[in-house]
Amino acid sequence: MILWLRRNPGLAGILVLFAGLYLIYHMLHPRGFTSAVLIQNANESVAIAFVAMAQTVPVLARGLDLSVGAVMTLTGCIASVLVSGTPLEILGGMALTLIAGAAFGLINGLIVVQGRIPPIMATLASGAIAIGLALLIRPQPGGEVDGDLGWALTNSVWDFCDTYGLAQGGAAWWVRPFADLPVPLILLFGTACLVWLPFKRTLTGRTVYAVGSAEAAALASGLPVRRAQLSAYLLAGFFAGCAGLYLAIQTSTGNADTVQAGAYTLNSIAAVVLGGTALMGGRGGVIASILGAFVLRVISFYFRILDIDPLLQPLIEGLVLLLAVSAGAFAAFNVRNRLELMR
Amino acid sequence: MNRVLSTLDRPVWIAFALTLAILCIGTVYTLTTTGTAPLLQPGYLLQQLQIGAFLGLCAMGMMLVILLGEIDLSLPWTLTAAAMVATAIGGPLAIPAALAVGLVVGLLNGFGVSVLRVPSMIFTLGMDTVLRGLMVAQTGGYAPQDQATPIMLWLAKGRVLGLPVALVLWVLLSIGMVFLLNRTVFGRALYAIGSKERAAYLSGIRTRRVVVAAFVLSSLCAAMAGVLLAGYSAKAYQGMGNAFLMPAIAAVVLGGTNILGGQGRYSGTLAGVILIVLLNSVLSIMQMPEAWRQIIYGLVIIGMLLIYRR
Repeated sequence: MILWLRRNPGLAGILVLFAGLYLIYHMLHPRGFTSAVLIQNANESVAIAFVAMAQTVPVLARGLDLSVGAVMTLTGCIASVLVSGTPLEILGGMALTLIAGAAFGLINGLIVVQGRIPPIMATLASGAIAIGLALLIRPQPGGEVDGDLGWALTNSVWDFCDTYGLAQGGAAWWVRPFADLPVPLILLFGTACLVWLPFKRTLTGRTVYAVGSAEAAALASGLPVRRAQLSAYLLAGFFAGCAGLYLAIQTSTGNADTVQAGAYTLNSIAAVVLGGTALMGGRGGVIASILGAFVLRVISFYFRILDIDPLLQPLIEGLVLLLAVSAGAFAAFNVRNRLELMR
Repeated sequence: MNRVLSTLDRPVWIAFALTLAILCIGTVYTLTTTGTAPLLQPGYLLQQLQIGAFLGLCAMGMMLVILLGEIDLSLPWTLTAAAMVATAIGGPLAIPAALAVGLVVGLLNGFGVSVLRVPSMIFTLGMDTVLRGLMVAQTGGYAPQDQATPIMLWLAKGRVLGLPVALVLWVLLSIGMVFLLNRTVFGRALYAIGSKERAAYLSGIRTRRVVVAAFVLSSLCAAMAGVLLAGYSAKAYQGMGNAFLMPAIAAVVLGGTNILGGQGRYSGTLAGVILIVLLNSVLSIMQMPEAWRQIIYGLVIIGMLLIYRR
């Protein structure tokens, strides 16, 4: 375990930071640690965590996806139309929503890889298109997402089983140990374990890291560079789609909110950097970004229990972000040869 | 040499051709719906350029930073903070105070990027959040009641020799910008650092100073745009700079400046600003819904960049 953490200093750092912040939060919380608080916190963190995952993959391949917030908004609007009706329609709607997100990501990848447009510009423009499409689908906030689904996916495992009458309504012996866990966290880490971890171990996944470290070397070694870049953007679209789907289910509406989309995109970059993933690519990982997103969220939880003037909150958020990224910069002062800092 | 020149200038010609095409489409539209052609009247065009001056100033500063291969995401709230400080202080010190805001923000951004070596995308983003926090704490989240000073009103809305002052200011600063980029050591150093920072450092350029100076100039431009915009709407308001960040970056890149640094001409940025301003005004004449505006906006950027790559 210790060896493993030593090999992942970024992940270890953010894990310690998050654990410390979250522990103190619960010690300060007037009601202490309860399942209800955990579920509420999880619900507020899942969408931003998914978007942070989405941002991580292109960044690892030395790219950037400024459309993740917009794709989240677009898929949220799609989900608000499709996810209702019979169970089969609901499942189909969820699948279509995720496919739409992945398809949009694939288009991003094609523009970047085949069109050779710098990712920052390509995804800025495609983000505008995504927002436009979202506004076409939902000119006004609204929609009818299945209420049972919304309840089941935003509460504890017991509630999930209870809603759908699974495992004797949640009373079965093999559910008990997990009964109080929040479903959103299971969805989040389930997606990470079922999609990201296997992908990372494939040739394409390794190539994503290789492209980020040295694209020319990766190409010269015969690695599938283009396929890796394409799948990086595709995964970004897919994870952003997960965020949109979850947000739609959670709020049971779709809302083409441009400001919200921009805020999610910017916070995703902040979460990725906090998680220790290098913006120059090649180093880092999705799990660390999830923890980075959690840290951003925990900071805002503190405002609630510490009774901080809401008018000061944006200032404190900004200062924490600046201090956090500057703290990592002290390595810059220990470098003997200044050329190492330069590109 | 000729081939080099033509490839460098291509984005400018393409942008102007597209601008003309947009004007034609808009004119055909107004002729068929109302039978008039407001887009071709000098008065209307001058008014559009007057509004374009705000974006023009933002793009000017953004270009200096993009030439270095960096980016300045703190533009929206630098602009807003400068406008709010200017209207709050008032009197003859309004504009110097706004520029002082720009100076401080630029120095901090430059320090973070060149000394602390934090990626500019994340450092300026944090700066933007801090400025927003400061302004929200200061104003309580409402639009401040202070009015713009007479000088600010004159700069934004006044006219000299029949020309809008804002436009004249934009032209004068543009001339200064062309001189700065092409005829000064600082300008050449910008291109050098943007192409290869190591090489620039090894050839004796004091890269840190140049980077700090570029960020300072960028923030000063944003602050000046804030002064003008506050003058134009007679006061400062929350989020007044939000609509300028993406168009400013788009204008610079549509003008053929390489987002990775080291390449680009100011004439291209001018063409990009005019293109975006006229595209916006034609779309609003056509009463295009916001959804289609965003889609067209995105398609134009992707399409133009695809053409440049051919």
